[in-house]
Amino acid sequence: MKKVYVNEDWCLACHLCEYYCAAANSGAENMIKAFANGNKPIPRIRVEEGSGINFAVQCRHCDNPICVKSCITGALSVKDGVISCDESRCVGCYTCVLACPYGCIVTSENSKVISKCDLCMKNNNGDPACVKGCPNKAIVLEER
Amino acid sequence: MALNYFQPLFDVIRDKDRCIKCQACARQCANEVHRYDGDLDKMISNSQQCVDCQRCVCICPTGALKIVDNPNKFRNNSNWSQQTMTEVYKQAETGGVLLSAMGNPKEYPVYWDKILLNASQVTNPPIDPLREPMETKVFLGKKPKDVTFNEDGSINTETTPTLELSTPIMFSAMSYGSISRNAHESLARAATELGIYYNTGEGGLHKDFYQYGANTIVQVASGRFGVFKDYLETGAAIEIKMGQGAKPGIGGHLPGAKILEDVSRTRMIPMGTDAISPAPHHDIYSIEDLRQLVLSLKEATEYKKPVIVKIAAVHNVAAIASGIARSGADIIAIDGYRGGTGAAPTRIRDNVGIPIELALASVDQRLRDEGIRNEVSIVVAGSIRSSSDVVKAIALGADACYIGTAALLALGCHLCRSCQTGKCNWGIATQRPDLVKRLNPNIGYERLVNLVHAWDHEIKEMMGGMGINSVEALRGNRLMLRGIGLNEKELEILGIQHAGQ
Repeated sequence: MKKVYVNEDWCLACHLCEYYCAAANSGAENMIKAFANGNKPIPRIRVEEGSGINFAVQCRHCDNPICVKSCITGALSVKDGVISCDESRCVGCYTCVLACPYGCIVTSENSKVISKCDLCMKNNNGDPACVKGCPNKAIVLEER
Repeated sequence: MALNYFQPLFDVIRDKDRCIKCQACARQCANEVHRYDGDLDKMISNSQQCVDCQRCVCICPTGALKIVDNPNKFRNNSNWSQQTMTEVYKQAETGGVLLSAMGNPKEYPVYWDKILLNASQVTNPPIDPLREPMETKVFLGKKPKDVTFNEDGSINTETTPTLELSTPIMFSAMSYGSISRNAHESLARAATELGIYYNTGEGGLHKDFYQYGANTIVQVASGRFGVFKDYLETGAAIEIKMGQGAKPGIGGHLPGAKILEDVSRTRMIPMGTDAISPAPHHDIYSIEDLRQLVLSLKEATEYKKPVIVKIAAVHNVAAIASGIARSGADIIAIDGYRGGTGAAPTRIRDNVGIPIELALASVDQRLRDEGIRNEVSIVVAGSIRSSSDVVKAIALGADACYIGTAALLALGCHLCRSCQTGKCNWGIATQRPDLVKRLNPNIGYERLVNLVHAWDHEIKEMMGGMGINSVEALRGNRLMLRGIGLNEKELEILGIQHAGQ
């Protein structure tokens, strides 16, 4: 299955992936609208940076996902290898946040439920927005 | 601090309705023009430091930025332009020589734009390159004067070494140091894939790039940086750099700040020392001396590699070229006054040298008149901007063209002409690791390959239009050219007729 990978050699820490991700999953028609009126939609990808090494991190879509096992309501599920969250079932217990070894499940002040990368399967973006938006092809969607 | 007389050259315009304060511009600007002010919750621009490299404009996800010329102007004066005045202020403040980068930007005539190409009509019909074979392969080096036969009647095919190019384009000399490792890797990989050559410049060859040796021209310049046996043996050809179009009469200058560990090892000089190449080669004061170096290099590489001598286009270039053709060199490279550089004194870049079009025409004519045109191939450089410039250069007598600026444009350069600062936001003319990684060679080499493929297609289209199916048949075919808006003397030097004749 194709997954999103990051090559730290080419990650510039421009943080654009975060903005493309947040906008794509905000439901707004474009980036300007997504961030209009002081809105701050939450990205599901985060750039880690420091000491000259930068890389973006988002859900690894593990083969044996601890987050899914830890979910108390069955909101997290695996379909065709993609782990996604049914936000109508999430009760915001954050057990998955605690369980995820990569820190890839994000919470926001805007909403009680968690959000996580679902490879842009649920929005109208097509290929993942972070991959399309990366200016240096540091983020790729490929089979490994 | 005393009053600063400078006005910013550019104005950064931010569309507040579009800006989402993502700060990508702030993170990407090495000149520190953009900054996010948390107290004001606003993006702030300091236009004074902007060099108009367009990185922020390209990276902005909402298209909120524009860089425009600063509308603030000094009082109009046809003699004292704002730029001239600013340069006086700058020198009054610093007491230094003005430095610039890339090619001469002044409004001198561009002869390529005053030359028109022919096309066939009715008689000698045009050729469709998509349907019929079309040859853009060229060989650079000495060509035998006549066919000789062995005793058994077979043809004597022993020839001197040549370079085989799939299309008459090569990447100009740009040293590792003046450009980044990733820029070098992009050029090396593209040249290998295209079946052409790139040139190391005078900075030696990084160990990691020896694998591309078959498509590498190694340069020996007056500083002799990084020259040793393995280096000479790795390249497909050796180029002796006598001069450079952007700065004829002076040697290369690489500031110590760019000499980091890898560059220092490759150049074989201590870290942090300025790499100042002497103006002359200290062992060359005549054509005879040049001949000695040409033959020494050939001896060192067992006569297996052609030797190129590169000169800047200057006033008596034809006589110089004639001398070089007799020095044993296989190829002469001529660099016109619009050729680029990573750093040159502004006055020299803008005022020294002559246009490559005129230099090429006079050199080709002189060598033909003297019956030694076959002794050398001619490669021209110094602002070959498009495939039509290539076609016109070949029709004027060139064997191939070097492209430097065009290749850097393919890698993202926006000609802000600030290479000498070492803060290239595109990761090209810099050694700062955080900036170098902005040029991903996987993207860079693909863009270079695309560019040369596109030009190759266009060269074939133009040749086909003229009813010519090989570069060999176009070379020196000045009947395919007509001048427009040129005076008698210019037409005479170019050896072409005026449009309508």
